[in-house]
Amino acid sequence: MNAKTTSTATSTSTIAEKPTGDGLRFYGIWLAGIAVLILLPLIFSSGGSLTSFSLIGIAIVFALSYNILLGQTGLLSFGHAVHYGLGGFAACHMMNAVVSHGWPIPLPFIPLFGGLGGLVFAIIIGWLMTKRAGTVFSMISLGIAELVASSSLILRSVFGGESGISTDRTALPKLLGLSFGPQLQVYYLIAFWLVISAIAMYALTRTPLGRISNAVRDNPERVQFIGYDPHVVRYIAFCFAGFFAGVAGGLAAINFEIANAAYLGAIQSGLVLFSTFIGGVAFFFGPILGAILVTYLQLGLTSVTGVWQLYFGIIFIGIVMLSPGGIAGLVMMHRPLVRAGTLPTVVPSYLLAAVPTMALACGVILAIESIARTHSGQGNPINLFGIAFNPASPMTWASAAVLVAGGFVVARLSWRRVGDAWDRAATVARDRGDLA
Amino acid sequence: MLELIVISTLNGLLFGMLLFLLSSGLTVIFSMMGVLNFAHASFYMLGAFFGYQLTKWIGFWPALLLAPLLVGAIGMAVERYGLRNTHKHGHVAELLLTFGLAFAIEEIVAMMWGRSPVDYRVPALLDFPAFTIFSTNYPAYKIFMLAVSILIFVVLLMVLKRTRVGLIVQAALTHPHMVGHLGHNVGRIFMLVFGVGSALAGIAGVIAGPALVTQSDMAAALGPILFVVIVFGGLGSLPGAFIASLVIGLIQTFAVALNGSLASAFGPLDPSAGPSVLTDIWNVTIAQVAPIVPYLLLVIILIVRPMGLMGTRET
Repeated sequence: MNAKTTSTATSTSTIAEKPTGDGLRFYGIWLAGIAVLILLPLIFSSGGSLTSFSLIGIAIVFALSYNILLGQTGLLSFGHAVHYGLGGFAACHMMNAVVSHGWPIPLPFIPLFGGLGGLVFAIIIGWLMTKRAGTVFSMISLGIAELVASSSLILRSVFGGESGISTDRTALPKLLGLSFGPQLQVYYLIAFWLVISAIAMYALTRTPLGRISNAVRDNPERVQFIGYDPHVVRYIAFCFAGFFAGVAGGLAAINFEIANAAYLGAIQSGLVLFSTFIGGVAFFFGPILGAILVTYLQLGLTSVTGVWQLYFGIIFIGIVMLSPGGIAGLVMMHRPLVRAGTLPTVVPSYLLAAVPTMALACGVILAIESIARTHSGQGNPINLFGIAFNPASPMTWASAAVLVAGGFVVARLSWRRVGDAWDRAATVARDRGDLA
Repeated sequence: MLELIVISTLNGLLFGMLLFLLSSGLTVIFSMMGVLNFAHASFYMLGAFFGYQLTKWIGFWPALLLAPLLVGAIGMAVERYGLRNTHKHGHVAELLLTFGLAFAIEEIVAMMWGRSPVDYRVPALLDFPAFTIFSTNYPAYKIFMLAVSILIFVVLLMVLKRTRVGLIVQAALTHPHMVGHLGHNVGRIFMLVFGVGSALAGIAGVIAGPALVTQSDMAAALGPILFVVIVFGGLGSLPGAFIASLVIGLIQTFAVALNGSLASAFGPLDPSAGPSVLTDIWNVTIAQVAPIVPYLLLVIILIVRPMGLMGTRET
């Protein structure tokens, strides 16, 4: 991932300093990504991992579309799932219509109709929503999302009420003899659309529109002075984001063969916000990282703990407070050090800080799990790295308290050392001209 | 019909005053720090749950005093250790922090008290009908809620407009640096105002808990309506928030009470038309539409008057 950052960073400075010989490296990263997508199911071929890969692929398209708003244009939307959900419903209705009318439209084209579903709603409502940016936009997006989610339960003929609209992907006309019954074929369909959408969205960041969107994010007044209307720019960006969210929704509809009100709901909007922000909004590959991590955590944690959403919340708050650049921001911080060759001087202090940090994390996990299991009435022991803790015993509470308090104090001290080591390494890097 | 109007007006006023209790704190915090506290409805929920737990331990009246103080303390801690550190990363980071906080609080509450409603009852002292109109007994507790809301409204107004403390707070809202130069600790003023705002939400939670349902999704259900109130009334305008609260409270209460639909007014559609969007809209009752009415209002006000009812700026 570290190498990928080189060419996919959207900040203008990297483009300016990019040497011309970087082209091969740039296309190499995309080709490597495509190769990974093709090879993944051949290596991990179990049904469970195929399902996970499909979900992650959908989440990546969705998160990338969200980043057109949040990262590129600076619009914090709390209702992005509306486009995703409407895309899913559009795809479902289209699939059913294709089957009942016998239209010659094969399944691989269905996500396009999902995208249109998301786009049409964005075109209708976007002009009003993007009049204002910032906090007001956030609140309005929340209100509109609630409006659509509530209406979806009233308009039963379109949204199918509580049970949703179901469909059958195998009933569509075959393309190249593919029935899309097996999950493997669906995975490749999702991977195909993932690549197409990712390339399209990346290309979008390179167009004048993408550039002026960044300008609108950073300084709308100046954009107005040079003759562009920030409102129009925000509106167009909003429509693009709606379209790609719709594509993601269409893919989800194909994957699950159903679309229901949960697609448009606040939880789905919250998840995409979490993915995008945890991954990092300042770089193109940030949302990809975030979507992989969040979907993986979501799938992995649900089987381990009943309160996985709480861990999500804590991780999110931690990222907002400590590293607003997200994981991508953290990774990219190290690039100048790698170039200057001073990264090894920082690593020992990292390893030293990792121990108390891990202790702190274990203490928090132990405390949360003890409380959760005591209150839910099930007293089964907590398994932490092979050590079983009984949630009812005072020993567990005591060790949690010691881990949290001790870990916090030692972690603070050791992270200060990391800061010192970092400063030294950065000074060297600055001397060698690798850090501005 | 008259009975329906009187009862709905009372209930609507009550709901509106509760909304105002919440949105006043939110508005003051917003005008002060420029950041919208997404976790405000969560503080309201915390108030309700603290109220429930403390009522079980020490009774309702001490809980009415203690729970808001606890919520206020949590609010001050959030400002001091969360928002103040996040401020350097900009308003989006601050908004996201409160969003994450709202999410975490909901999960913690669900973990501690479960996801089903808790048995938070009206105190025995107030568990009697205050008066009877048209054969309907109006509970005394609702009158009590109304009285508390109005009392707080009046006190808040007096403190903000008539006292020295209010003068300093108001000055800090518009000219923080000048107030700082005059020797006041602006950071502490912000922290206290944030705490008071949270405590207001806490009070609303404690008194609303027994009358409405106390459960872990009550914040998520109320939060979006609060934002509608604030945008509708005009960002940062207390009188605007007051009017908007009452309007939305009344409209929603009346909508819930009415059972008419287009079909009942004009007769059903031709059944041969089959199920479609048109028949859905034709048959839906006003009560069913009640949850989306505030959001429709939001869209309409944005078209007609983007700065809200009493707002002065278009940001």
